[in-house]
Amino acid sequence: MVSTGTLQGSAIVEAIKLSGIEFVLALPDITTSQGVLLPITQDPSLRLIRIAKEDEGVSICAALSLCDKRSVLLMQNTGLLDSINSVRGTAVEFKMPVCMIVGLLSKEPGVAPMESDRYGVRITEPILDAMGVEHHLIEQPQDVAKIGPAIDKAYDTSSPVVLLIGRRLDQE
Amino acid sequence: MMKRDDCLKVLAQYHTDQIVVAAYQAAQEWLVIKPNELNYTAIGAMGQASSHALGFAVGLPNKRVLVLDGDGSLLMNLGSLVTIANEAPKNFIHFLCENGSYEANGGHPIPGAGVVSFADIAKAAGYPRCYEFSDLEVFESEIGRILLEEGPVFVDLKVERGERYPVDYENLHSAERRRAFKAALDALK
Repeated sequence: MVSTGTLQGSAIVEAIKLSGIEFVLALPDITTSQGVLLPITQDPSLRLIRIAKEDEGVSICAALSLCDKRSVLLMQNTGLLDSINSVRGTAVEFKMPVCMIVGLLSKEPGVAPMESDRYGVRITEPILDAMGVEHHLIEQPQDVAKIGPAIDKAYDTSSPVVLLIGRRLDQE
Repeated sequence: MMKRDDCLKVLAQYHTDQIVVAAYQAAQEWLVIKPNELNYTAIGAMGQASSHALGFAVGLPNKRVLVLDGDGSLLMNLGSLVTIANEAPKNFIHFLCENGSYEANGGHPIPGAGVVSFADIAKAAGYPRCYEFSDLEVFESEIGRILLEEGPVFVDLKVERGERYPVDYENLHSAERRRAFKAALDALK
């Protein structure tokens, strides 16, 4: 595995802003809490909507897209698992551009998600594959380059995408 | 107790150009009573009407948004009341058609039917204005004023089924209906 430095949350935040994201729907996730969510709370160019449950965010993102507003839903993989029916109905069956940034809780750095010792991590990609939801692993600094094209593709094709954050990001 | 379709007919008299996000049985009836391209029924998953509506309310802050929710649906997304109250969209009015049952799924009672106070829950969640109506004449006398109030507003309608309306989920969930809604939103620009 090639790695130059460590993935920085600020690079993820910058990438979503460059992709035209205006709204962030979020429930705190320990993987992204300090590195991504915290700087978002301090960034006046992003409107943060704190939600009580992750599937609310799926619906809000979908509605915002119809208003020509781009958004991302920031959550933990446990929240994604809890939101499967909304992702199924709204994002997949109704073909809505719901962009999700999902922290993989307790995934071991450098270990592929499907090889993780954590059951919840190990099943996340196969479930997305079964649903036909595109996903990308964001774990190394160079992976940040995937974010912009993935978000653009989601809106261009009106389809969901999941960006899986593979390592815990600390405050910078 | 009011007939649900009678309530919706009264609301239709006062509805002008608001977006209406409608769920399940209320959606089936509203589409007949007040057909309009700004009717949105692509809820995707039970309980999510209020969250879709919040997305429209924050995405289009100058457009008023009405939700026609069900009590079984709201029970599946009670946290949305807190999220909505926290965002406090001024253009958001949340109607609840409370019939105490899962009408679309065999008519079994919701937990807490007849006991739970949804208006009290909404109030406690932070909705500044909450109403309950069980008399059609009273509802009719108040609805015009309520529709002009600053949101978020919660309106609990104590209803039972009235006339039978066509049940057509294919129409509710059709891509054509979603395209028409999007075109109607684009026309607002």
